[in-house]
Amino acid sequence: MERTALPGRLIWQLGRVVELIDETPRTKSLVLDVPGWLGHTAGQHVDVRLTAEDGYQTERSYSIASPPEARQVVLTVERLDDGEVSPYLTDGLQKGDQLELRGPIGGYFTWQVAAGGPLLLIAGGSGIVPLMAMIRHRAAHSSTVPTHLLYSSRDFDDIIYRQELAQLSAADPTLTITHTLTRAQPPSWTGYRRRIDRTMLAEVAWPPSERPLAFVCGPTALVETVAAALVDLGHDPLRVKTERFGASGGTV
Amino acid sequence: MAKGFFSRGFIGRRRDPEQAGRLPPGQYLTDGFPVLSAGPTPYTPKDKWDFTVVGAVETPQRWTWDEFQTLPRVPITADIHCVTKWSKFDSKWSGFSLDAILGAAKPQAAYVLAFCDGGYVTNLPLADVTGNKAWIVDTYDGAPLPLEHGGPVRLLVPHPYFWKSAKWVRGLRIVEDDQPGFWESLGYHNYGDPWKEQRYQGD
Repeated sequence: MERTALPGRLIWQLGRVVELIDETPRTKSLVLDVPGWLGHTAGQHVDVRLTAEDGYQTERSYSIASPPEARQVVLTVERLDDGEVSPYLTDGLQKGDQLELRGPIGGYFTWQVAAGGPLLLIAGGSGIVPLMAMIRHRAAHSSTVPTHLLYSSRDFDDIIYRQELAQLSAADPTLTITHTLTRAQPPSWTGYRRRIDRTMLAEVAWPPSERPLAFVCGPTALVETVAAALVDLGHDPLRVKTERFGASGGTV
Repeated sequence: MAKGFFSRGFIGRRRDPEQAGRLPPGQYLTDGFPVLSAGPTPYTPKDKWDFTVVGAVETPQRWTWDEFQTLPRVPITADIHCVTKWSKFDSKWSGFSLDAILGAAKPQAAYVLAFCDGGYVTNLPLADVTGNKAWIVDTYDGAPLPLEHGGPVRLLVPHPYFWKSAKWVRGLRIVEDDQPGFWESLGYHNYGDPWKEQRYQGD
């Protein structure tokens, strides 16, 4: 399997929140200034560590949304109502606050322009975040690697980066974006209105003969369905890379 | 780094002392069982499945599915800790001790590579998988191990981080020199002790 080496030791660093962006009612992007950040590859994540005043600590992982070319590190966080960490990040954190993190982490679920394509990106919900880093990286290089994003969201308002995705694909004939809305659709919606399935993948994905490089990220149920269907359609399992999050289940 | 730093306004969820003592640093407790893997879930039908012990051993071993099932079955209850931060207490499995499996092969070297369907490999010192510390399991919570959790069988080595408990395991190779496996080549720690928080290279 293709590998990217990760040299050196990962130290905890303090980033400063320079901007908070409301992406959807449930997700926020944290724009961080991280002095001494050594850069990352699109698809990687960071560990975030929160420390209470009495010393209690807990850690979570968050995907990096910004491309390697960006000056700041952007994390997009979905608020989980019963979460210990995400409500603090989306609702508690303010501009000027500091956040402790270390990274970048992960050398497998990554893509660089030089890796080529065609690139098949499949996301469910906030699974779009590491794929957005790839899309932004691609755009930063004016790459023409044929790319198709299939993105499943619950509702129109839950589509993260909706406007930016629309602008990027409008300006780039080699970037195609297909949305599916699984719970509710606007009256004028003409797109898919169901969870991603084998039929949808057969319609949207390149045929196996094109040997697309697939990145699938989202809740476990979506990733299991999509990865199994791609293999069943004849795609090489070693060209299907996955990243799953959440407990068993998931509804996107 | 960042001595004396705290996250303004963060309180967090305190655990009762019994729980806190069982939870390694940086981990949180979950009741669910998250799934993590780098690619599609592979599947080998049971009539084509085998389990082998090869490499630096006195007697290489191969079991078919039916032969494997005749090994002495033991129940295991263990706390497990994933490098992605979740821990799960008292997970219940059943399967076959690596003491029995390796005992049949008689290893002649000090390191083990577990190899799997889908191409995944992980490395462990032999000392960490012998002495009632590791098993090949085929049930979870009283039911056949689900495919996405590594079925039909996975390695269970509860004391390091859970990526060492390779899913879809098909055999063990005994080797003279320690060789990094899949995640161990991708920036993760070679040994992975949760109590020392050995998540990544250099930790």
